[in-house]
Amino acid sequence: MSFLAKYIGQKVKRTEDPRLVQGIGHYVDDIELAGTLSVVILRSPYAHAKINSINVDAAKKAPGVVAVYTGKDIEGKVGLIPCAAAAPDMKKPDYPALALGKVAYVGQPVAAVVASDKYKARDAVDLIEVDYEPLEAVTDIEAAARPDSPVIHEELGTNVGWLYQAGSGDIDAAFAQADKVVSLKLVHQRLIPTAMEPRGVLAQYFPGEKQLNVWSSTQIPHLLRTTLAAMLGVPENRLRVIAPEVGGGFGSKLNVYAEEALLGWIAMQLGRPVKWIETRRENMMATIHGRGQTGTVEVAVKNDGTLLGLRYNVIYDLGAYLQLLTPAIPTLTGLMLSGCYKIPAIQLNCTQVYTNKMATDAYRGAGRPEATYLVERVMNRVADELGMDPVELRRKNFPKPEEFPFATAAGLVYDTGDYAKALNKALEIADYKKLRDEQAKARAEGRLVGVGVSTYVEICAVGPSVMLPSGGWDSATVRVEPSGKVTVLTGVSPHGQGEETAFAQIVGDMLGVDMNDVLVVHGDTDRVQYGIGTFGSRGLAIGGTAVAVATDKIVGKAKRLAAHMLQTDENSLTFENGKFVGAPDDKSMTIQEVAFHAYQAHNIPPDFEPGLVASYFFEPKNCTFPFGAHICVAEVDKETGEVKILRYVAVDDCGKQINPLLVAGQVHGGIAQGMAQALFEEAVYDENGQLLTGELMDYAFPKAHQLPRYELDHTETPTDVNPLGAKGVGEAGTIGSTPAVANAVIDALAPLGVKHVDLPLRPEKLWRLMNN
Amino acid sequence: MKINLSINGQKHEADVEPRLLLVHFIRDLAGLTGTHVGCETSICGACTILMNGKAVKSCAILAVQADGAEITTIEGLATNGQLHPVQEGFWECHGLQCGYCTPGMIMSACGLLKENPNPTEDQIRHGLEGNLCRCTGYQNIVDSVKYAANKIKAQTAKAD
Repeated sequence: MSFLAKYIGQKVKRTEDPRLVQGIGHYVDDIELAGTLSVVILRSPYAHAKINSINVDAAKKAPGVVAVYTGKDIEGKVGLIPCAAAAPDMKKPDYPALALGKVAYVGQPVAAVVASDKYKARDAVDLIEVDYEPLEAVTDIEAAARPDSPVIHEELGTNVGWLYQAGSGDIDAAFAQADKVVSLKLVHQRLIPTAMEPRGVLAQYFPGEKQLNVWSSTQIPHLLRTTLAAMLGVPENRLRVIAPEVGGGFGSKLNVYAEEALLGWIAMQLGRPVKWIETRRENMMATIHGRGQTGTVEVAVKNDGTLLGLRYNVIYDLGAYLQLLTPAIPTLTGLMLSGCYKIPAIQLNCTQVYTNKMATDAYRGAGRPEATYLVERVMNRVADELGMDPVELRRKNFPKPEEFPFATAAGLVYDTGDYAKALNKALEIADYKKLRDEQAKARAEGRLVGVGVSTYVEICAVGPSVMLPSGGWDSATVRVEPSGKVTVLTGVSPHGQGEETAFAQIVGDMLGVDMNDVLVVHGDTDRVQYGIGTFGSRGLAIGGTAVAVATDKIVGKAKRLAAHMLQTDENSLTFENGKFVGAPDDKSMTIQEVAFHAYQAHNIPPDFEPGLVASYFFEPKNCTFPFGAHICVAEVDKETGEVKILRYVAVDDCGKQINPLLVAGQVHGGIAQGMAQALFEEAVYDENGQLLTGELMDYAFPKAHQLPRYELDHTETPTDVNPLGAKGVGEAGTIGSTPAVANAVIDALAPLGVKHVDLPLRPEKLWRLMNN
Repeated sequence: MKINLSINGQKHEADVEPRLLLVHFIRDLAGLTGTHVGCETSICGACTILMNGKAVKSCAILAVQADGAEITTIEGLATNGQLHPVQEGFWECHGLQCGYCTPGMIMSACGLLKENPNPTEDQIRHGLEGNLCRCTGYQNIVDSVKYAANKIKAQTAKAD
């Protein structure tokens, strides 16, 4: 496979942007079908309650109302909300799209009103009378696991959904041989993903053709199609799912939700298009949350800093029901417990419990930020205990570049890496020695300044297929049209990542055509062959590889036809800059000319299939493992407890970069989200299971003036898992930044004897700490 | 209630319910869907427009309050296919990813640059605190606004 370097590796401006900066792209709510009815959902105000009765009579009579549905109306007609990741030995409650007999979290859908417009539907929702019998709410995950806790799902007999163990190596021997055991209890607080576009669904049914079209703000249009087909009993080949412009996902739209099935079913009942657009309040209480672990990590270590073993005992907050991947998230934490280090023995003991809260699931990083945070925090604790510099401790335990592929006791084989190189580069940019000197001076002046270092490795582009319930491959079809324009159909479903640009760069270079002649189509199950979608930093590494291989097949086929037409041997031709050259008499043919003749087919070899189209489904043989080093300098204001980030340096290695502009954008946004976890955000439920942070007024989503400038650089260690050498970068920033910021702030507070503070590191918490 | 208003230079006359939000008038009645809704509490700023030259959040204004107003939405910024310098800045500096906050962010930036044509980085960050972005971490947005300020300055200098 060969590439021109006209586009690849360049900071190419995005082809998506002209429509988006002019406000003329189309998100779900921007699509208007004639005669569309509005759907508004009535949601539970209680975290835990029996439903004695529901009276919808008044709502049905309200002006403009066409229909009202409750759980009983859809029972047996709309399938249960699926979980693709539940182990066979997992205790799993039924999760109907509208509550049946009881509710288990605030925000659970109870009834749906369909009316002529959204104002009338909203009015009618208020007329529904529900007789709830409130029950005691279970909100504390440690208490939920105890035998004396009220049980949420009586049919399960317990709140413990799953006990899960992982890891390998002789963990008991590791702790027996240790000079020191360092342990640390950590809380990974619940977070709310908060994509700027709330979810939305539009559904339309054609009874004659028996065709159901569903537009949804989703990251996984094909997986949604397969799932909805099963939930609604619609043949999959008569169901079209379209993910139009999608306004951010971060994992929150990597799911199958009640409203997606409900809207499809209602459209079929009424024979009219129906639309539901989530409000922000609904988004915060009834779209998945992230994180939600409380655990204790113990590390067995030699006095010289050699790591011997790591054990993590954790309770994971499932929430009230399982969404698509809920129980899988802490398994990813388990897989990444080795971090960037050689640890011969690793053990994860995970207890997953149900609580009266919204389900947790994949949120940017999905289990890996938890692993990196706990490993990088405990590394600092170990360094403290041993009186070592945290940087030296890390260096000492890195696998060397020549030790890759590197097998960890957590059960993975890291593809490629040079962790010291990234760390050294970050230290150099930050001028670590000088930082420490400045810190000493600041401390002498009584200022609370800290330096936090975090190295990380993450797992991206998960494969082979056996590692994911959906399969881990992805697909591409590349068509050179008769005019020479190129259409790329990709199975991934970008929603801000910029792959319309990145894939056009790849194809533009490989075919030697103007990238503006390459149209990248995604997110429509009737236009694009089956694909898996965009999540887990897989779009480029897997979807992009499929595009590259399909394009390579195009070049091969075009070469055969070019040789035939130029009356020469295929082997004498080379493809340069979009032209087949090397034929006698300096004759040549452009790819566009070949395409025309491939379709006209007047002069083709006898066994040549007309047309110029190629597809490829790429099955990765391993995951990729991007890595990096982040350094944060922070100061805590002694008067207010406010944290100011003085500097933030990030050196990331995502392998080969196709478009450094997009890479930097991903890293910026990722750092911001990880920093938000460290400093600001937390989904807070009270003891009754009410979500206190249920609006953007209360949830501490960071604003522009609360975040710093990021100083970025990179190293480039290509992967050998795919021919692009690209590893993925969507989640790197989020994974690296939370521990770097936490380490910096806790380092700042070290003169006060502070050894650990749980996140988020808000002013009030730090002020209390300083004043106690 | 009957109202008259102008959106991007075009007159709109309608009989609306007093409770109709301006953003719904713009999106549903005028059919201009570039103005987005990201919350109901006027925190996110995705619905920001210019009303009589000032950046305001159209989810926190009733349509009837805009009676007689001159409104500019994101669709009204480009002229003859030429992007406005702020739009150009966002494209040049990779100031957007998913694009959902972008129209509001751009309209806020336009309002900011009208009041302060030479903002410092700090002034830009504070000036945009009514607009949330989940994708970019804000740095490229700040750079986009700086780009636009410089471009507008250069254009003005040329015109003088």
